[in-house]
Amino acid sequence: MNDQGKAYWSATLGLLGKILVIWFICSFGAGILFADALNSIKLGGYPLGFWFAHQGSIYIFIALIFFYAKKMGDIDRKFDVHED
Amino acid sequence: MDLQTTIYLVVGASFALYIGIAIWARAGSTSEFYVAGGGVHPVMNGMATAADWMSAASFISMAGLIANMGYGGGLFLMGWTGGYVLLAMLLAPYLRKFGKFTVPQFIGDRFYSKSASTVAVICLLTASITYIIGQMTGVGVAFSRFLGVSSETGIYVGMGIVFLYAVFGGMKGITYTQVAQYVVLICAYIIPAIFISLHLTGNPIPQLGLGSNMSGTDTALLVRLDQVITDLGFGKYTTTTAGSTLNMFVYTMSLMIGTAGLPHVIMRFFTVPKVADARASAGWALVFIALLYTTAPAVAAMAKYNLHATVNTAVASGGDLYAPENSIKYDERPDWMKRWETTGLLKFEDKNGDGRIQYYNSATKNPDAKAKADAAGWNGNELTVNADIIVLANPEIALLPNWVIALVAAGGLAAALSTAAGLLMAISAAVSHDLIKGVFMPNISEKNELLAGKILMAVAIVISGWLGLNPPGFAAGTVALAFGIAASSLFPAIMMGIFSKKMNKEGAMAGMLAGLFITLFYVFAHKGIFFIKGTEYLGLIGGANSFFGITPEAFGAIGACVNFAVAFLVDKVTKEPPEHIQALVESVRVPRGAKAVDGAHI
Repeated sequence: MNDQGKAYWSATLGLLGKILVIWFICSFGAGILFADALNSIKLGGYPLGFWFAHQGSIYIFIALIFFYAKKMGDIDRKFDVHED
Repeated sequence: MDLQTTIYLVVGASFALYIGIAIWARAGSTSEFYVAGGGVHPVMNGMATAADWMSAASFISMAGLIANMGYGGGLFLMGWTGGYVLLAMLLAPYLRKFGKFTVPQFIGDRFYSKSASTVAVICLLTASITYIIGQMTGVGVAFSRFLGVSSETGIYVGMGIVFLYAVFGGMKGITYTQVAQYVVLICAYIIPAIFISLHLTGNPIPQLGLGSNMSGTDTALLVRLDQVITDLGFGKYTTTTAGSTLNMFVYTMSLMIGTAGLPHVIMRFFTVPKVADARASAGWALVFIALLYTTAPAVAAMAKYNLHATVNTAVASGGDLYAPENSIKYDERPDWMKRWETTGLLKFEDKNGDGRIQYYNSATKNPDAKAKADAAGWNGNELTVNADIIVLANPEIALLPNWVIALVAAGGLAAALSTAAGLLMAISAAVSHDLIKGVFMPNISEKNELLAGKILMAVAIVISGWLGLNPPGFAAGTVALAFGIAASSLFPAIMMGIFSKKMNKEGAMAGMLAGLFITLFYVFAHKGIFFIKGTEYLGLIGGANSFFGITPEAFGAIGACVNFAVAFLVDKVTKEPPEHIQALVESVRVPRGAKAVDGAHI
């Protein structure tokens, strides 16, 4: 793989890494590991940890995918590997 | 018009709609038959994917299980949506660039070996058949209520209809039929939820209603629900976890990576027009899936509240739950209970002979609840409600109009039938194309290949229906097992195929087999060999959930770790993949040059 290709792939992996960290923190972190601690905070009638497990993480997943699709498109164009 | 007639009318109308659209769409789009989504707007494609994905497990079973499990049920919600993030980022765009039609084709080409593709077919079959067993359980529940028969008879009728549906099959592949199915399914799910949310909290949006106060009080719905059920000896709704935090963690992980590894889901992303579309279409699919998945927790909590309020008048009035006059008399039970008693999925047994229904947790560890129950002369829980009926019974429990009840029946049938048919097509494609034509009989004629596919569908339906009569769990639990199997076998192989240039065929095959074997070993220990009752061997693994308290449904994540580990070890001691395969992996990573999919068939 040439340098350009290597740079493209490492930019891709960098983006994946960032998104996976947020993905993990919202679902496994806030929804499971720290749910008990977060439950002392209330979001309306929802305890916050419960909200993350039953509602919040789903909204964040959607946002993450569209963010990824957009950023990946930018990376494709930057390295000139996008489709016509 | 009476309820049963309304149900027949609405279900009949929904089927007429699907068939009508299928006939209308067929003329202009035979090429679209198998290459779903070509030229279809991404939003439409997202709806179709959502209909394909949301099955009896999501529609019929999931909210009922969440109602039983409380907070811990969130593992289904996170697990079955979070996987789309992995799918969109780790697999879909690269598989689309690769440009083949099935998962075994990808595995076979990337790992330059027909044996690897055969191993992938075995993994795919195990996961898909387990999945269909769960679907048949759901189909049985839906048909038993729909026709007013026992759940066994419901499964027999369901087997027949699923077969017709799958053989007629073509309409499955037409995007617009699936869009119609999605619309019916989502309306059927959300309309009763809106009614119930409005009634209980005054807020018409269920997602907000669940976090609101009870109508006319300052008490939050969830707080009141917690009070009622802890008073009756159940665990607190908002904090009860699924087994342990560790179990909930690995269970969620299993469902997520299983989602990304399930062949019939991945297939949809093989066939979008461009690599960029593969990324965004996962997002659109998730938007439409999330409509149901964010409503489900509201359905669960509110149905649980309404169920308790039905059998104990003190739940709504705020009086003493244990006062004798507050438990309703069996003779005066609402009609919906009588209807569900016919199916055998709701049972009453008058243990203390007072003619009233006491519904509580008699195995409670809460001394306060135990003392109160004993003082009130309660002699054990008297009402058994199968978790799989909660969603279908929900509008009846809330006493909603007949047309809403009928709509929910139509939605449940659409969900169960569309996914069962889709899976059967994936199975028949895998065996007839990837295995028989690809490996054993390369010269088989197209006609015989099709025939083999149809015979396989029939065999798969009979096997899964038979196992569905004594299911290894509730519909959603059985489907979770299927995800665990996909997670432990296919996901790691596909991922290493893309992200590791050096992974060779020996490593991938050893990994898939190791992951599949260890997961099945653990699952069969609990659920019986090939899910046949009476062949469990728990003694051999040291009792139930003996691996750090992890349940068999959650074991897929462990199996996936084993898969990765074995693959890397074997890879280290065997030969590197050939040069042209490494070049292939590099080309897959770059979007430019994506061609139309080849290898489409049937």
